[in-house]
Amino acid sequence: MKQEYTITVYTENQIGLLNRIAIIFSRRKINIESLNTSPSEVESVHRFTIVINETEDVVRKLCRQIEKQVEVLKAYYNTQEEIVWQELALYKVPTDIIAAEVKVERLLREHGAKAVVIRKDYTVFEVAGHREETDNLIKVLEPYGLIEFVRSGRVAIIKSSDGFHEKLKEFEYREPGEDAIENEFLNENEKVFSM
Amino acid sequence: MQTLELKKETTTATPATTTQISGSEAVLKALLAEKVDTIFGYPGGAIMPIYDALYDYNDRLNHILVRHEQGAIHAAQGFARVSGRVGVVFATSGPGATNLVTGLADAMIDSTPVVCVTGQVFAHLLGTDAFQETDVINITTPVTKWNYQVTDANEIPAVLAKAFYIARSGRPGPVVIDITKNAQLQLFDYAGYEKCEHIRSYRPKPIVRKEYVEEAARLINNAERPFVIFGQGVILGKAEKEFKKFIEKSGIPAAWTIMGMSALPTDHPLGVGMLGMHGNYGPNLLTNECDVLIAIGMRFDDRVTGRLDKYAKQAKVIHLDIDPAEIDKNVKSTVPVWGDCKETLPLLTELIEQKVYPQWLQRFRDCQQREEDKVIKEELNPTSDVMTMGEVIRELNELTNGDAIIVTDVGQHQMVACRYAQMNGTRSNVTSGGLGTMGFALPAAIGAAYGDPSRHTVAIIGDGGFQMTLQELGTIMQFKPKVKIMILNNQFLGMVRQWQQLFHQNRYSFVNITSPDFVQVAKGFGIAGKSINQRADLKQALKEMLEHDESFLLEVMVGKENNVFPMVPQGRGVAEIVLCREEV
Ligand SMILES: Cc1ncc(C[n+]2csc(CCOP(=O)(O)OP(=O)(O)O)c2C)c(N)n1
Ligand SMILES: [Mg+2]
Repeated sequence: MKQEYTITVYTENQIGLLNRIAIIFSRRKINIESLNTSPSEVESVHRFTIVINETEDVVRKLCRQIEKQVEVLKAYYNTQEEIVWQELALYKVPTDIIAAEVKVERLLREHGAKAVVIRKDYTVFEVAGHREETDNLIKVLEPYGLIEFVRSGRVAIIKSSDGFHEKLKEFEYREPGEDAIENEFLNENEKVFSM
Repeated sequence: MQTLELKKETTTATPATTTQISGSEAVLKALLAEKVDTIFGYPGGAIMPIYDALYDYNDRLNHILVRHEQGAIHAAQGFARVSGRVGVVFATSGPGATNLVTGLADAMIDSTPVVCVTGQVFAHLLGTDAFQETDVINITTPVTKWNYQVTDANEIPAVLAKAFYIARSGRPGPVVIDITKNAQLQLFDYAGYEKCEHIRSYRPKPIVRKEYVEEAARLINNAERPFVIFGQGVILGKAEKEFKKFIEKSGIPAAWTIMGMSALPTDHPLGVGMLGMHGNYGPNLLTNECDVLIAIGMRFDDRVTGRLDKYAKQAKVIHLDIDPAEIDKNVKSTVPVWGDCKETLPLLTELIEQKVYPQWLQRFRDCQQREEDKVIKEELNPTSDVMTMGEVIRELNELTNGDAIIVTDVGQHQMVACRYAQMNGTRSNVTSGGLGTMGFALPAAIGAAYGDPSRHTVAIIGDGGFQMTLQELGTIMQFKPKVKIMILNNQFLGMVRQWQQLFHQNRYSFVNITSPDFVQVAKGFGIAGKSINQRADLKQALKEMLEHDESFLLEVMVGKENNVFPMVPQGRGVAEIVLCREEV
């Protein structure tokens, strides 16, 4: 069954790596729903957050192909329930309408929107949250002359992760410990060897 | 003037431990440090500084000037495949680099270690559509294991060290290093060359986990009809000895993929033939009857598996591979044994019981007999007057005793050569397996001749494929590698013709290809040649070809519309293999 997966990739910070990762998806005609690149908790290690809709089998294979890239340290995939995630949206609306309609201000407050810029001609609000939340506010603001809308890529924290500091040490050893290469087969011993 | 220069030299030489050299010279020093002795290349504007430096290294580095950059990379592939070393290519920017792409794709899919150094325009011109500028890094990204653009000479030693390490380690593959002209010209403080042995984000081989090996051994020990299928991983892992020991102790029949061919001598008693679309009958059919399938260093290509949902469904699958991305990619494994088979095979051999499977082996022998009767007899000893490709290979076997390097192009002749060629030693089979690149054989054979001059290199090529890269006859003319070129001329793009006949109702659409007088063409390049169309001349002609003390071109006119059988038609399961046209 296809569902939304969030892929977290720890990498070296290298020019061209974004392309190497992107073509793993485009070659297989898989649409990237959202993509974010950022630093990670570890200095010098970069973090990609990629959202796609696929079956688990496909996502697992994609992660193996990603990890195969020389400059990729590790790729994880998680379902929505396994992560804490946010996306940031910005909304630009005419200031005069907001000033005139009290209702609008209430609606914005209800959606957790925060004004980031207030000018005579327009105001920019920001909302951080899940996709449905930021989507909803578009509908709410449309009647009041939404001028511009933009949403960021997803950022996600893996609930069960201990971060990458310890992992990186494993990678830096010349002879890696067992942790550096996780093995879902072995970790799910039973499932694997039952025939 | 003179004194001034002298002074300068002495002042810089005394205090520093580093010396100033150019980026170009650093490239050549890197090659020497990596024990490279042969380069296949072609110069041009953006790589001129490297060629200028090469002028002074000519005594230590043998540069072979090819006639097309595709020829350079195929030659480097041939070199790598027979020698187990990294092949090296030089090409200029723009068209020089784009001409490499086919070879890169070929090396990528067949896991061949190659390092290509391409020249690039000056760094300040990048992105300006400068003369002969192409975005080489982005063009080559999908077809390289790694690529990198150097814009500063200081990076060169470390980047080349990385390039060689990545190309040869783990699952090998091609690497492109694109060096801007300014970096080639730039003088920098050279502190020597240090080989690369570790990159923190790169795990060339997964750690071997004993649990798997134990589980695999348990499955093997309990099996009644185990079957080994092996690929190039055995050769790339330099694990031929370990593999043979495993096979001989386990007593398990073993079949090879086209890329795995020659990892085990073709006449080994437990070798049961080739897998795949035009492989042998038994190995294909019995894939669907074994109870444990042990796949070693192979990747379940669709040409091997046929229809996946009809592939070995009854079997428990043990998959040994160095590349974790191959595990479960096409065929779900019961026990995945990740790791370098040079390490995993001995562990497995240790744990398995010494066994024989006489009845099971007999099944393969029976299948073989059936194939002999229906296909092989007539192919190798035809009753008609027209020569077959198979009989040419049979005669060749008798003369070379299976000790030659066989380089094949792509098409019917490739399938026939791989089906019937005898190979005693490893690294004897050089063919474009994954990409199926017509035009591969001639340049690859040139590279093979440099990679292992101790053996005969015989290039077996179709009349079509030869016309794709025949310009490399010029390379042979100039540098004199000893290549025996055998054109099996059926006056058709035979493999495509076969498909049109079998699956497109005889509608021969543009497969009728005319050829020049190949012997005259060779003569124009100063290469001796001969063409024969009579069986009576075959043996003598082959002898003449092999005994000639330089390269030689032999054209053999063979049946125009012969087909290669058996065949697993596309979209069918391996057990639906057919032995003749009537069964298709
Ligand atoms: C570069 C390239 N173009 C097209 C093909 C498709 N193709 C595969 S086999 C073949 C026919 C080869 O003809 P020939 O070289 O005469 O060999 P034969 O099959 O007759 O032995 C063709 C066109 C290919 N494999 N490679
Ligand atoms: Mg032909």
